Amino acid sequence: MTQINRLGGGLVNQGQTLSFTFNGKQMQGHPGDTLASALLANGQLLVGRSFKYHRPRGIFTAGSEEPNALVHLRSGAHQEPNTRATVAELFDGLTATSQNHRGSLEFDLMATTDLLAPFLSAGFYYKTFMWPRAFWEKLYEPAIRMSAGLGRLSMQEDPDTYDKGYLHCDLLVIGAGPAGLGAALAAARSGARVILADEDFAPGGRLNAETLEIDGMAGRDWAAATIAELAAMDNVRLMTRTTVYGAYDHGTYGALERCTDHLANSGGKPRQILWRIYSKRAVLAAGATERPIAFGNNDRPGIMLAGAVRTYVNRYGVTPGQRMAVFTNNDDGWRTAADLAAKGVEVCAIIDTRDAPAVCDVPGARHIRNAGVVNTVGRKALRAITLTDGQVIPCDGLAVSGGWNPNVHLTCHQRGRPEWNESISAFVPAGDLPPGMAVAGAANGALTLGAALEQGRNVANAQIEDLGFTPSRDTPPRAEDEPHTGAPVWHIAASTKRAWLDLQNDVTVKDVKQSYREGFRSVEHMKRYTTLGMATDQGKTANIPALAIMAECTGKTIPETGTTMFRPPYTPVPLGALAGRARGREFRPYRLTPSHEWAKANGATFVEVGNWLRAQWFVRPGEKGWRDSVDREALQTRQTVGICDVTTLGKIDVQGRDAAAFLNKIYANGFAKLAVGRVRYGIMLREDGICYDDGTTARMSENHYVMTTTTANAVLVYRRMEFARQCLWPDMDVHLISTTDGWAQFAVAGPNSRKLLQKVVDPDHDLSNEGFPFMACGEVTVCGGTPARLFRISFSGEMAFEIAVPARYGNAMMGVLMEAGREFNAVPYGTEALGVMRIEKGHAAGNELDGRTTAYNLGLGRMVSSAKDCIGNTLSRRPEMNLPDAVKLVGFRPVDRTKKLIAGAHFISEGKEATMANDEGWISSVAYSPTLGHSIGLGFIKSGDTRIGEVVRAVSPVHKTEMRVEIVSPHFIDPEGERLRG
Amino acid sequence: MIINHPLLGPRDAAEFVYLGDAALIDRPDWQAKDAAEQFHAYGYLRDNPAGTHQELWYHEQGDRSWLVVTRDTLTHEITDVQIARDVARSRGRSA
Repeated sequence: MTQINRLGGGLVNQGQTLSFTFNGKQMQGHPGDTLASALLANGQLLVGRSFKYHRPRGIFTAGSEEPNALVHLRSGAHQEPNTRATVAELFDGLTATSQNHRGSLEFDLMATTDLLAPFLSAGFYYKTFMWPRAFWEKLYEPAIRMSAGLGRLSMQEDPDTYDKGYLHCDLLVIGAGPAGLGAALAAARSGARVILADEDFAPGGRLNAETLEIDGMAGRDWAAATIAELAAMDNVRLMTRTTVYGAYDHGTYGALERCTDHLANSGGKPRQILWRIYSKRAVLAAGATERPIAFGNNDRPGIMLAGAVRTYVNRYGVTPGQRMAVFTNNDDGWRTAADLAAKGVEVCAIIDTRDAPAVCDVPGARHIRNAGVVNTVGRKALRAITLTDGQVIPCDGLAVSGGWNPNVHLTCHQRGRPEWNESISAFVPAGDLPPGMAVAGAANGALTLGAALEQGRNVANAQIEDLGFTPSRDTPPRAEDEPHTGAPVWHIAASTKRAWLDLQNDVTVKDVKQSYREGFRSVEHMKRYTTLGMATDQGKTANIPALAIMAECTGKTIPETGTTMFRPPYTPVPLGALAGRARGREFRPYRLTPSHEWAKANGATFVEVGNWLRAQWFVRPGEKGWRDSVDREALQTRQTVGICDVTTLGKIDVQGRDAAAFLNKIYANGFAKLAVGRVRYGIMLREDGICYDDGTTARMSENHYVMTTTTANAVLVYRRMEFARQCLWPDMDVHLISTTDGWAQFAVAGPNSRKLLQKVVDPDHDLSNEGFPFMACGEVTVCGGTPARLFRISFSGEMAFEIAVPARYGNAMMGVLMEAGREFNAVPYGTEALGVMRIEKGHAAGNELDGRTTAYNLGLGRMVSSAKDCIGNTLSRRPEMNLPDAVKLVGFRPVDRTKKLIAGAHFISEGKEATMANDEGWISSVAYSPTLGHSIGLGFIKSGDTRIGEVVRAVSPVHKTEMRVEIVSPHFIDPEGERLRG
Repeated sequence: MIINHPLLGPRDAAEFVYLGDAALIDRPDWQAKDAAEQFHAYGYLRDNPAGTHQELWYHEQGDRSWLVVTRDTLTHEITDVQIARDVARSRGRSA
């Protein structure tokens, strides 16, 4: 038999055997085991090396509070570091490896670090690695990183999927121990919608680990019966393997459900689900966590919390050792001795810090009163313990009980501070709970079974009565209150050897005392100086003993010394679960333009523009690089006609009797006098006078306008317009609706644009320059009756139109336009050519409207009306924003035309040093102009409008380059605007 | 957080966009003598109370109502929610 420590019994199914490996070694366990219980069963006490000193470590607890037994679980891309063996459910084929050692686990080459311990006390690297400064990055930090730390990432993409979900309930019960089961049962029987969540795979809490009775039956049987009843009720959702990790505002709780972690293969199902639970009320029944007593060399494999020993013995049928000793300061520790003895395990001694009679009779065990453990022997496994009186007791397992701390964590997630309860020497929840939460059972300081059952039921009944439910009149379950008194002892002062408090971060009693001596006396300072409680276990077993030691140093009481804040999450939540499906391509939704399919079929390369995917350019056979395509598209558009999907620009439908007056408030320039059938270009300011968006608005009829915004600001403009409509001018008769997705819109630009459109627009519409001049708009029909809107606007500087059809016709419309344009050699163009042409024309875009520039900077100062009230005009008149030497938007070209301008380069006058003080402005947009045959740029330079023809330096310290550039008009093409009016 | 929308009932705060102090409703008169000073205060000066705060939330993923929410900045307790348009009217913006 390889399972040398298997006793039998408990909740494991010994009829079935599961095989697993630890560090490559084949081992066996059973369904119902955790990795920890199976390792113990196989006699594998050594499971890892400690964080800092590389000390051999074993299994310390039997639950989610485990500080020591962290392993790599699974292999390859599925490998997960720092998995607590105590909560990892065993499955057939599980592979686990130990962490943080060089060489084998048994002969860790880094173990010599332990010999250097005198030099590695709290804060050592703040003091030791001060100089020489350059050594920190190159030598010290890499060396420390290599020697410290725990698990390693697989460095591969996480192959699992994760989901998110939302749940609603009347009552959320957190924890399915006796209090939680009592609470859930009472609430469920009254008809309330109940969610019962427990982090364990076997609900029942301590009932599964103890030999106590309820209503005359074994506690675990009562738990199983209660769970069966709850599971059969429609108004109950039973969630096992689900950790409620955070209490958020207004009754919202975060929960992590581990759906397939207990399976060898997830079978394509989500590995974990992150739930957001909306509850009307909640009962926290999270139980309590046992705390250790600190003594010399208390970190050896084989030393374990006493309650955890009971869990292994009673639930898993496993003993941690063959010859056990118990060290306790309270009655509860005695039950460990009794339960071990009842299973036939030798208990050699019970060491009680109290000078008190035996709590119960434990056959074969010596009762040693008024004593403590000062030291232990055995490097990789415990061999013996030394007591305060000097006697040495050989043993291979030691159960330590220092009393129990209520799990108050979730009561503190909204700034609640627990209060000290002297009778159990522990913090218990105070009155400042998150709204809607009540606490029951051990989490509330009711540490005995009878009290927990009663409190769970009473608290749940009070909660649901508050919601209007009538509590059921069933007979409440009853149980005895087991003895649980104790006397607080936090550490054995007689110990001269290092006594560990935080096993995961390797913090000792000495470190806390040193923290005190060096002035880090507030708990928050001590925590950060020593790193106590800052590991993945968040100090669940370490915080209170450390606090007690600090209290001893300061001569204050524990509550005067304080407690640390608990914040979510209660236990670690994988980043994958927080991300859910929002990974890679699915990071956020993306939007396709109406002509996307056409573009895909015609060689488009796409680019992300906000949420949109837009055609960037269309590759033709023989083109070697993107510039070939873009140059061709821009040239061909200017020579004949080009077509571009511009649907992504925001479209806002503005209607109402006060629509004109409203637009007059929104735009900085006047809109009140815009005639029906005409379009106007407008700029929008923020209230601080900065220009933030521009676009055109068309007056379709008396009280109907269609506005366009930039693609990037479509949402923001609409939001601000709704703000203005509802909050600033609440009685204007104006209504807004976003129609961005409703209409597919295409720019048709170039000398042949009219001819092309005349083939598409139904013939009863006059598109001549007289009938439909520059800045005209109107409702038309296309293709024999399809409704459309036509706008004669131009971004390219050419004669151009934009035609809009209902979005569902968009893809077809693109085909129709291209087909009609075949005789003119029409070209589809993407965002790059669009950008080239707008730079050639000198139009401002996002690069120019960068949140720093005013209309004055943009050369549009005269558009800002002072004759009316509009958003931003008052503050835009501030003198500091209108200085004569303010930067102005102008054009630039390299003096050496073969050179390429660099966007972001800064302007320095010739002969001046390239410093911040001499900075005169920057290049905001650059492009290669295929029309001009050289690089061109737009940018801002001080007093730019009066410096046309001057040569300055464009310096880019980032690229370590500079070149001479000439200031020119921003209108590189057709400055008089003859083409677009043609 | 959950905001109890006067028209739609309790909705998750994730559906909303936060703007800030409800004082932003009180946009100054552009023709006031000290309009520049008033707009400066309007644009830049905010109270930052530890406690009750009236603030503007926009139900962007919902009915696009602007709401005035009274929230305790320490506890996140929400004691009142009103349609911002009604608040604006009550503050005399009906002109």
